[in-house]
Amino acid sequence: MKPAPSAMIELCGVTKRFGDFTAVDDVSLTVRAGEFITLLGPSGCGKTTLLRLLAGFEAPDAGSILLDGSDVTSLPPYHRSVNQVFQSYALFPHLTVRDNVGFGLRMQRVPPAEAAGRIRDALDLVSLGEVADRHPHQLSGGQRQRVALARAIICRPKVLLLDEPLSALDAKLRHTMQLELKRLQRRLGITFVFVTHDQGEALTMSDRIAVINRGRIEQLGGAAEIYHRPRSPFAADFIGQANLLSVTVTGRNGLTARVRVASGLELTISALELPPAAVKALISIRPEKIHISRQRPEAENVFEVRIEEEIFQGATDQLLLATEHGTRFHALVANESAISEAFHEGDQVYCGLHFDDLVVVQTE
Amino acid sequence: MKKCTLPTAFPFQAPRPRLPSGIVLLHRTLGFWTALVFGFLYLPIVILVVYSFNASRLNILWAGFTLDWYVRLLENGPIIRAAKNSLIIASISTLLAVILGTVGAWLLHRYRFRLARSIQTLVAIPMVMPEILMGISLLILFATIGFNLGFTTVIIGHVTFSFPFVLVAVQARLQGLDPALEEAALDLGATPLQSFWFVILPCLRPAIVAGALMAFTLSMDELIVTFFTRSAASTTLPIQVFGLARVGLNPMLNALSAVFILATVAFVLFSAYLRKLNHR
Repeated sequence: MKPAPSAMIELCGVTKRFGDFTAVDDVSLTVRAGEFITLLGPSGCGKTTLLRLLAGFEAPDAGSILLDGSDVTSLPPYHRSVNQVFQSYALFPHLTVRDNVGFGLRMQRVPPAEAAGRIRDALDLVSLGEVADRHPHQLSGGQRQRVALARAIICRPKVLLLDEPLSALDAKLRHTMQLELKRLQRRLGITFVFVTHDQGEALTMSDRIAVINRGRIEQLGGAAEIYHRPRSPFAADFIGQANLLSVTVTGRNGLTARVRVASGLELTISALELPPAAVKALISIRPEKIHISRQRPEAENVFEVRIEEEIFQGATDQLLLATEHGTRFHALVANESAISEAFHEGDQVYCGLHFDDLVVVQTE
Repeated sequence: MKKCTLPTAFPFQAPRPRLPSGIVLLHRTLGFWTALVFGFLYLPIVILVVYSFNASRLNILWAGFTLDWYVRLLENGPIIRAAKNSLIIASISTLLAVILGTVGAWLLHRYRFRLARSIQTLVAIPMVMPEILMGISLLILFATIGFNLGFTTVIIGHVTFSFPFVLVAVQARLQGLDPALEEAALDLGATPLQSFWFVILPCLRPAIVAGALMAFTLSMDELIVTFFTRSAASTTLPIQVFGLARVGLNPMLNALSAVFILATVAFVLFSAYLRKLNHR
């Protein structure tokens, strides 16, 4: 039997204020050893401040931070076994790649012979052995990113912090680096705390995602859970696309409930997430879960819609649908090869929704 | 030669269009004006150097080539002593100005404290204050506290007006520096002192070198503040030359100037070389 993974990071009621602004508001979070956790949120939500608290660049106004069981709340950054990959990479411009990577070892007074070996290993790990003698300004963006990574892992930290490290790369390189980072994390077994505002990045890489808004964790869970079962309107809207509908509960029938949208459209939803006392609710529907067809489909909710707008996106088509009541939805359909199956503006089609795909994100 | 029948696609092969005569006139006028400006700047220097090899005592008559004035210059004890004094004073005051200016710029940049803005202004004032005012005020200060005039007082005077130049240069560089650099160093286990020494200082090197060159040059040809704060033993070259010139110009001063011009050109070339190194 494998022992239960221990807690690497424990945040207890951590609060950080800047003047009147509360950047981090009473956050508690436990991160297991070897976990890849992503702090996801819009800019200014407090995710970077949370990271800086972990690194030791900021001290919390309240609460405590435990690293591998010991309290590091008031420990300066240079005494924490935590290293960071900075958004700007912050490579030392006057040092070669080799000396940049070896900086941490030099500060720890690791003997030169041992340091040389470890630097070589770290550079090999990010496949940068051949540029070891160059200066940062002679490297491409992707190479700089790898140097920053090698420099941060060479001291074998307990936790690696990554502050939007991929935001400066182009889309293709970013995707390659996402997979590479994930592989590296599995190989090294280091706990990764990754900060990003890119939900796609978060979904691709993370074991767990903490959705952060206004200094608080709105939802914490696995990527699939966060995506399929958002717990707040913010989480639903920020991750992926969502059709948010404000509804009134009109009746219940065991596992399902009937709700009505203000325009008059009636829908059947799952009653599991609906508290018995709820009268009003906000529900979220993912655009790709709306099934469009010319024949009447099999589903709990079927109604006719008109296609008001069609936007070609390559692999998918984005459709704006309107019901006879005037309720609008965004839907995403795969672009299949058959021309006859393509949908166009003005078409009158059927729309099918499974009751399980209507997720309650808020109730009153 | 092959005859070209097709119109060429390369614009640079097209015949140069004739400029309107007004523009031609403007170009000629500007060219003449440029020549005039350079003449004003460099003709006196050329004449000065040429006459340093003149066998006559008078600067207006050419009486043949000689190196005599250079020999006399080397044999002139007071001038050599004054030159030595100048070099010593400039070196020490530059060193102090660099330390004060760099540390001051770092403190003002890195730490937010009350009065920081006032200090910033106060630091900048010596750069624009008339030297005569500074000379007199320093003299009064030294007299009041009973401090004997000499090397120390001259060096204090020079540092007072030269360190703000270093500070301003370093500050400009600091503003362009990524604040994450210091954090990266701290993150990798460097103490604040180590991160300053191993990361910040090397990044500031070009600004420090520029500031040091400025401070050294200012100190080398400073006359007024030195005049008020020196003793007989700490006479600098500008003061010595000023004294000699009052008695009457002679080609030995030309020779001295020629030596200085050579040193200055070497200096400029050296700093250009340093800049090139930094931009590598």
